Amino acid sequence: MEAMYAFFMDTAGMDEMAAHITVAVIMATIMFIVMALCAIIFTWMERKVAGFLQSRYGPMRTGRWHGWAQAVADMLKILGKEDIIPAEADKPYFIFAPLLVLLGSLLAWAAIPWAPGFVAADLDLGLFYIFAVTSLVVLGILMAGWASNNKWALYGAARGAAQMVSYEIPLLLATIPVVLYTGSLNTQDIVIAQQGGVLNWFVFRDPFLFIAFWMYFIASIAETNRGPFDMPETESELVAGYHTEYTGMRFAFFFLAEYANLFLVSMIAVMVFLGGWWSPIPGLDFAPAACFVVKGVLMVFLNMWVRWTLPRVRVDQLMHLCWKVMIPVTLVCVVGAGIWMMASGAVG
Amino acid sequence: MLEKYLPVLLVLAVAMIFAAVFLGLSFWLGPRRPNAQKNSTYECGIPVRGSTHIRFFVRFFLVAIFFLLFDLEAVFLYPWVLLFQPMLAAGQGIFALAEMGVFVLVLVVGFVYVWRKGGLEWQ
Amino acid sequence: MTADLIFVLLALLTLVPAVWVAFSRNIVHAGFSLLLTLLGVAGLYAYLGADFVAVTQVMVYVGGVLVLILFTVMMTRVPQNGRPRHGLDRFVPAAVFALGVFGLLYKTITAVEWAASEGAVEPTTAEIGTNFITSYIFPFEYVSLVLLAAMIGAAILIRERRPEETEEPAAPAPETEEEVAS
Repeated sequence: MEAMYAFFMDTAGMDEMAAHITVAVIMATIMFIVMALCAIIFTWMERKVAGFLQSRYGPMRTGRWHGWAQAVADMLKILGKEDIIPAEADKPYFIFAPLLVLLGSLLAWAAIPWAPGFVAADLDLGLFYIFAVTSLVVLGILMAGWASNNKWALYGAARGAAQMVSYEIPLLLATIPVVLYTGSLNTQDIVIAQQGGVLNWFVFRDPFLFIAFWMYFIASIAETNRGPFDMPETESELVAGYHTEYTGMRFAFFFLAEYANLFLVSMIAVMVFLGGWWSPIPGLDFAPAACFVVKGVLMVFLNMWVRWTLPRVRVDQLMHLCWKVMIPVTLVCVVGAGIWMMASGAVG
Repeated sequence: MLEKYLPVLLVLAVAMIFAAVFLGLSFWLGPRRPNAQKNSTYECGIPVRGSTHIRFFVRFFLVAIFFLLFDLEAVFLYPWVLLFQPMLAAGQGIFALAEMGVFVLVLVVGFVYVWRKGGLEWQ
Repeated sequence: MTADLIFVLLALLTLVPAVWVAFSRNIVHAGFSLLLTLLGVAGLYAYLGADFVAVTQVMVYVGGVLVLILFTVMMTRVPQNGRPRHGLDRFVPAAVFALGVFGLLYKTITAVEWAASEGAVEPTTAEIGTNFITSYIFPFEYVSLVLLAAMIGAAILIRERRPEETEEPAAPAPETEEEVAS
């Protein structure tokens, strides 16, 4: 980032504002491309992982080697699909909803620190900002369900919104113990505080953080509306949930946003609990961004593993788990981490 | 402050441009052959019954209220959390914990009350 | 120059949907328009250097209050496709209330001496926290009591809604309400 500023200001002769804008546009473009790539790679990965977990192959034909080109072919095909807007739909809101879902997750991506200094929006309130803008996704889902004017879509949206707002609380509370240690919400500061090998990652700092990490992981699955918490899309009851009426590119936006959100929550887990760009062995940090992405993909794999292993829970079980188990436990983690810090005299 | 939040605005703009490009591409490549059947509301192939906009279950409303309360609690926690380290270093750890402890405890009292009144049951 | 342009854009983002909120005949459309207004206000806070308030605005108002409003609007039985009833009996109290709020806001805005901030704006969160534990410690603890009151209010709402819910005649599509309930 610094090098980019220097390049645009010195070599290209821009003033500071223009350099800022140029760098931000470049970062945003990179982000969007990475996001699209993520959707393509994770779709293929999801189908392969599901296949192997269920003793079958998954896609095998397109592109010869293990059907690697399957998702690319799907993406190209979806471009040529008809865009149907139902006659009963509320047109402007129907069109705006997928964009809102996509924007919510892309805005959150902007604060992810890929490597030292390499972050699109380096905000003092980074982590708080991420949780705030993801609430746009909830509204996008509600809007999609309502504007579709379809019963399945509306139920899916209502369930999705209720589930996402409920699980946002344990998600938030689970990260608070970490902020106690860092004393900063800036995403880079949180990662920098975990320097020095695997034992300095926050997940292993104290027992409360270890519990908080698993609480975060469970809440993040629910937050992305994926199995075993995929109530909003239960195909056996609600057809496809809030995106029942969407076709073609608009459906692709929801799809893109789902995988973008999946990678987002995994990257937040890596950033907050699993040492961000630091490698597990101290002193081997020659490829920080690669390290970050590899850890993120491993978290995504864990997420997929859970999705294809556990059966779907019922709605009342879902709410029971959130309100009666996870919120009390995460509250205990916050207080416990504070007491632990005071007792052990740990600072920094 | 402005230049810190400027990237956020630009990310928004870039995302809009990309989304428009993809929608335009699909508009240009895709067929458009609408008919009454295709454009009708999808209800698994059978004719649509009744109105879509029925009343929601009251529980959704309560979930939103409880979310709002806990959300506010988290918002109030953040400034305190950022100050915990400096206060620990200054030897005011007990005071910091007690202050937040009282705040959280009052909410926990309400939470327990709602729990015992059955406010957290979905059925 | 750029800063002024951004201010104008944010102000438009706040005001145009606000007009739509006031004049839209469809109550759900009004709710969704509120989204842009609230985001515009958050943008204005960020523009003025109040980063914590800006993010809180998005978090609480967009993520919480707006979802609550939309659930409430969708939960009520809406006559004729979401169009509220109009008449003089509604118009007069609404006008009186709106004028009262306007007068209060106007008085506040003109009464306060606004200090123009100079130079670089510092992050505000730590300062807010410091105020919580020093001069505003009692208001801070009162906030928890306010939240407690709201929670107890919600709990009473459950008890009162319950019998009503069972006595309620079945909605147009009874099996669908079951569906939402599950």
